[in-house]
Amino acid sequence: MGMKPVQARGPVVAAAADLQFALPELAAAFQQETGHEVRLAFGSSGNFARQIEQGAPFELFLSADQALVERLARAELTVDDGQLYGEGRLALFVAASSGIAVDSDLSGLAAAVKAGQVRRFAIPNPAHAPYGQRAEELLRAKGLWEALEPRLVLGENAAQAAQFALSGSVDAGISAWSLARAPGLTPEAKVVLLPADDHAPLRQRMVLLKSAGPVARRFHDWLLGSESRAVLARYGFDLPAQP
Amino acid sequence: MDWNALKLSLLLAAATLGVLLPLGVWLGRLLAWRRFPGKVLVEAALALPLVLPPTVLGFYLLVAMGGDSQLGQWYQALAGRQLVFSFDGLLIASLIFNLPFAIQPMQRAFEAIPIEVREAARCCGMSAWRRLWRIELALAWPGILSAAVLTFAHTLGEFGVVLMVGGSIPGETRTLAISIYDRVQAFDTAGAATMSAALLAISLAAIAISYLALNRVLRHARHD
Repeated sequence: MGMKPVQARGPVVAAAADLQFALPELAAAFQQETGHEVRLAFGSSGNFARQIEQGAPFELFLSADQALVERLARAELTVDDGQLYGEGRLALFVAASSGIAVDSDLSGLAAAVKAGQVRRFAIPNPAHAPYGQRAEELLRAKGLWEALEPRLVLGENAAQAAQFALSGSVDAGISAWSLARAPGLTPEAKVVLLPADDHAPLRQRMVLLKSAGPVARRFHDWLLGSESRAVLARYGFDLPAQP
Repeated sequence: MDWNALKLSLLLAAATLGVLLPLGVWLGRLLAWRRFPGKVLVEAALALPLVLPPTVLGFYLLVAMGGDSQLGQWYQALAGRQLVFSFDGLLIASLIFNLPFAIQPMQRAFEAIPIEVREAARCCGMSAWRRLWRIELALAWPGILSAAVLTFAHTLGEFGVVLMVGGSIPGETRTLAISIYDRVQAFDTAGAATMSAALLAISLAAIAISYLALNRVLRHARHD
């Protein structure tokens, strides 16, 4: 139990749940380098976009999907069209206790579905979570959607869907690859990166909102730098070409 | 342990009590002793948060406090910031969903004061202020304590409304209950377990205090 003093209030950053582990590391490094604290809130990108439209006091928004950033830009809530900072990837998460074979073309999952071994399958909620929308596209492309749809458990966001699968609450699930490096993740949990060919890309775009102050702007620029890129790459994000 | 969240939850509970206790005493006495047209409707409206899903309350509060609403614009002009997704917005939500927990125990306690006692006090020439402190509050205090404890514990535990109108902003709207939800999503089972245990202990202590007070009053009543 670490005692954490109440600091002067840094800007609040709304971040897609796939950044649950990468961003705290980045924020800590930023604070060490600049002395500035940023406050992080994680959730589904769609929920954050709605909250921003309703006036939530976020200064920087890191979305898992660029369409949401474009929507906010059209509503003139942002300072510009934002910056691409990475591309997210899907992963198959299988509970340690499950007998489902783990492979990147989902043939093990297909066999388990056929054999009736998959009782519950977790994905993020496609209604507002970009990873859920891509997971649905992928499952449709693989012809598994019809069989799995009645068995779906919908996570509020990518992190919750991954947590459902890894805790053994469900047999398996599809969520963000960047969450597979969770600290404290049991080593026997099975996770595999899925190819990006069967779904629209998860272009991660961040954007400064109209209320952004100097610290939020500095953090935004710092996230595009080489130190941040190295961290994002380590967590499994594909990186855009250096500007 | 998320100390900021614990501090925020305690602050929210204390602020809620600070507003609802005086309001509850006033409304509780009014509802206990007066008859007026539409009283049943008022009582029903005050009890509504007991049965209303927190998401329904949260939805209406979002609409009512949002930047486009009258209340939201009025607050923005007055305070220079948004009401929704702020501590002040949470406090308004907390006041509304705690209304029945604060008012009902007090109303019952004031109802239990025999009318002869109140009339005797008035006949003796006690002032209204003196009657309130020496007679009414002195007799109704178990109900008031019970209301305070329930309101406090209920504020610490409220989740659905806070999730909808709060936005989980560290140090502003991320209460202990929300922080537990966040820690589970961050695969931090140990952190979630510590905070859950803390909430469990606080809630248990609160209920025990209210029962203890009630027992003491009943014992006194039997000895009299």
